Amino acid sequence: MILTSLVEASRLQFALTAMFHWIFVPLTLGLGFIVAFMETKYYLSGNEFWKKTAKFWMRIFGINFAVGVATGLILEFEFGTNWSNYSWFVGDIFGAPLAIEGIFAFFLEATFFAVMFFGWDKVSKRFHLTATWLTAIGANLSAVWILIANSWMQYPVGMEFNPETARSEMTDFWAVVFSPMAMNKLFHTATSAFMLSSVVVMGISAWFLLKGRETEFAKKSMKIAAVFGLVSTLLVAYSGDGSAYQVGKHQPMKLAAMEGLYDSEPGTPLVAVGILNPEKTVYDQREAMLFQISIPQGLSLLANRRLDSFVPGINDIIKGGYTYIDNEGKQAIAPSFEDRVARGKIAIEALADFNRARQTGDTEQMEQDRRVLKENFEHFGYGYFSQPSDMVPPVGLTFYSFRIMVMLGGYFLLFFAAALYLLCRDKKGKKDFGSVRWFLYLSIVSIPLVYICSQAGWIVAEVGRQPWTIQNLLPVQTAVSGVSASSVYTTLVIFFVLFTTLLIAELKIMFSQIKKGPDGIK
Amino acid sequence: METLHILQHYWWAIVSLLGALLVFLLFVQGGQTLLYGTARTEEEKKMLLSVLGHKWEITFTTLVTFGGAAFASFPLFYSTSFGGAYWLWMLILLLFVLQAVSYEFRGKASNLLGAGTYDTFLFFNGMLGTVLLGVAVGTLYSGGAYYMDKFNIADQTGPIISYWANGWNGLDMIAVPFNLLLGLVVFLAARTLGLLFVINVYGKPDSSAGADAPEAVSLGCDLAGRCRKQVKLTGTVFVLAFVCFLIALFTRTGYEADPVGGAIEAVRYKYFLNMIQPVWPAVVLLVGVVLVLTGLGAAFFMRPDHPVSRRSFYITGAGVVLAVWPLLVCAAFNNTAYFHSTVNLQDSLTLYNSSSSLFTLKVMAYVSIAIPFVVWYIAAVWRKMTGGGSDSKS
Repeated sequence: MILTSLVEASRLQFALTAMFHWIFVPLTLGLGFIVAFMETKYYLSGNEFWKKTAKFWMRIFGINFAVGVATGLILEFEFGTNWSNYSWFVGDIFGAPLAIEGIFAFFLEATFFAVMFFGWDKVSKRFHLTATWLTAIGANLSAVWILIANSWMQYPVGMEFNPETARSEMTDFWAVVFSPMAMNKLFHTATSAFMLSSVVVMGISAWFLLKGRETEFAKKSMKIAAVFGLVSTLLVAYSGDGSAYQVGKHQPMKLAAMEGLYDSEPGTPLVAVGILNPEKTVYDQREAMLFQISIPQGLSLLANRRLDSFVPGINDIIKGGYTYIDNEGKQAIAPSFEDRVARGKIAIEALADFNRARQTGDTEQMEQDRRVLKENFEHFGYGYFSQPSDMVPPVGLTFYSFRIMVMLGGYFLLFFAAALYLLCRDKKGKKDFGSVRWFLYLSIVSIPLVYICSQAGWIVAEVGRQPWTIQNLLPVQTAVSGVSASSVYTTLVIFFVLFTTLLIAELKIMFSQIKKGPDGIK
Repeated sequence: METLHILQHYWWAIVSLLGALLVFLLFVQGGQTLLYGTARTEEEKKMLLSVLGHKWEITFTTLVTFGGAAFASFPLFYSTSFGGAYWLWMLILLLFVLQAVSYEFRGKASNLLGAGTYDTFLFFNGMLGTVLLGVAVGTLYSGGAYYMDKFNIADQTGPIISYWANGWNGLDMIAVPFNLLLGLVVFLAARTLGLLFVINVYGKPDSSAGADAPEAVSLGCDLAGRCRKQVKLTGTVFVLAFVCFLIALFTRTGYEADPVGGAIEAVRYKYFLNMIQPVWPAVVLLVGVVLVLTGLGAAFFMRPDHPVSRRSFYITGAGVVLAVWPLLVCAAFNNTAYFHSTVNLQDSLTLYNSSSSLFTLKVMAYVSIAIPFVVWYIAAVWRKMTGGGSDSKS
């Protein structure tokens, strides 16, 4: 019997590491390109101003980069240390993306990172510029392959379960790489990281303007960040819509949790603003929302691209019986929770029977079990559940995180548009940008907001897909390692102390480097 | 089936090569152990860390890729070893995380903990990190106390496929003398290479920093001079410890798996047989040992400006890679059960029962064609970056 506390401790530890990792990584993803762009201006113009500017932001990049790399190693190890069943179950799928990531991205990033930082006096200007671009590309390539792997967990494609090895095996590499879930996630995550980087550049530059320091540096940095940020935020919105559509198709329970939707009807509205009833549980008669402002038929449009379509709620998914379009594009009737559990148990039993037949060499029985397993495999993970609430993610956290993410995303669209407008006025000589103090303060306040927005996005993606590590196939309690909960809680505390210390140190160093300004960088 | 067999061996060889390269690149860790005792002043510490600081990323990335390649090609090893020897891997992890941030934070103002603390982190990473990595690699030969059954996943009440047999979760592996011996060898190799690296950078008579930084050159020469003295003792102990390890390994009983039925049984002198039955591992090991001895001999006995002596770091490093690679290869080649279970032999891992599928290994093999290109650009950048000699200004 797996102790709930072990699963909870393992989830907490992984969530802590992933969230901490994601504090540092998005800034490097976007800042890499911003720095490369600035250095390109230096290369083309020969103007030392751009070299100084690029070097300042490069320093900010470097401080974040080290912690991002270090926490990345922890995540990689934790796949094995805390999720050993999962490591075997998916190792065959993760293999190729990881190999590509290691060979093409990690070394590219690590090799040229050293040139970017220490090579100013050792290599030519052209070689240095190439190294900066390659570092930025390497950092983003590193994200590409792990996001493909993550997307596969949300929508497992291009694979087949092999009862001989008791794991999923890849059958179509390109289906894994180009799955629509992967493309949207990739695009959405990368552009959101660019947005975050742009806000950070805006905020830090605004601080200089408020202090009356480095005016030219700050305004030019802001201009680049505002353009990069606006374009990125528009792309975030576009890819976010695509992501929601994919979630609706392949993870209906997650979408229902994102909306706090329990009992649905055709022409499903989208909750714009709302307060969930905290006492609401599966199957009870309470109202799901205490207060809401909805967009009529909005969710139907978002999820199915049709105003009158039906988007199932949590209770609907548990009850089943509604019509939906399956992965092959055909109309199908959704099975109930009980049906899924029954078929999942049949699949698990068939695997156990297959193993027994294999040991006795009964090939006929093996073939029969293989067939039964294949017929029921899409429900395999449900066989580990006992009650409907087992398949429901934490609704409150998912619902509110989704709203925080979307609202802040909307805010940043306006923020960048306003920044560009104000910078244009400044350029035309109508009003000095440095005198618009409310906007400069807003830029600084926006830094923590963009981190909240980014983290909220990952909470929606990862909490919303609970209880699955691999959608419909492997729930968390079946993915975990066989270590004691106390061991995991101990490492969790160690990591918490370590991360908190590193974060404080990192912030102190960042503030100190920022205060030095571009002239303080050697 | 034949293709799968070849690819399983191919990927074990690649993972082993990454492991061998990692041992060489641990010269960064070895260099960090010079922070106390060898580097005597803050200036010398800065000089030491400035040259190591250009290289830690490559070592770290090789560790990440080594782990990633193991996960990708032999996921059952990753699952069983990492999930079972939990505390051993967690300790290694913590030590390496501290290293990564220390390089970036140490020299910065307002770094919260002070430069001394980050130096301590780097020192412990160099000392304990290398020993514990050696202990972890030692389990490939000495095994681990685990139970493993993939089909446990079909047990709805307890679907965990592997368990460690005691509550120590890998800490017990540190107490195995063979593992500790390998840990010591890895540490000594790292320190020897670290010393040679410092000599290589700061011990060049024609150091290019001389013209505009005579004080730095003088400090560098002092540091290199001390390293030159220390490398004789450290290098000699390393060679002796390595010989002891070879004796311990070659006289060890290994475990052989029937490639068809999978049954596993004990074979005396298994690793020695693995080295000589296909003779190439023994030849590669021999070449590696000769190169290590040549590199060390040059550093010990030749004039510092002798061309061979000036390349002793690279010669010894190449020797380490060539010596370690066949040793890692022979842990699993020749139908050997690697990281065998010490509590239930038939649960042991082999190349056949722990690898990824034929399809995945094939895709990865296509990708691996790019490895020589990656090695080429790393080497080219290394040359460009170290071409300037001493680097006290960084």
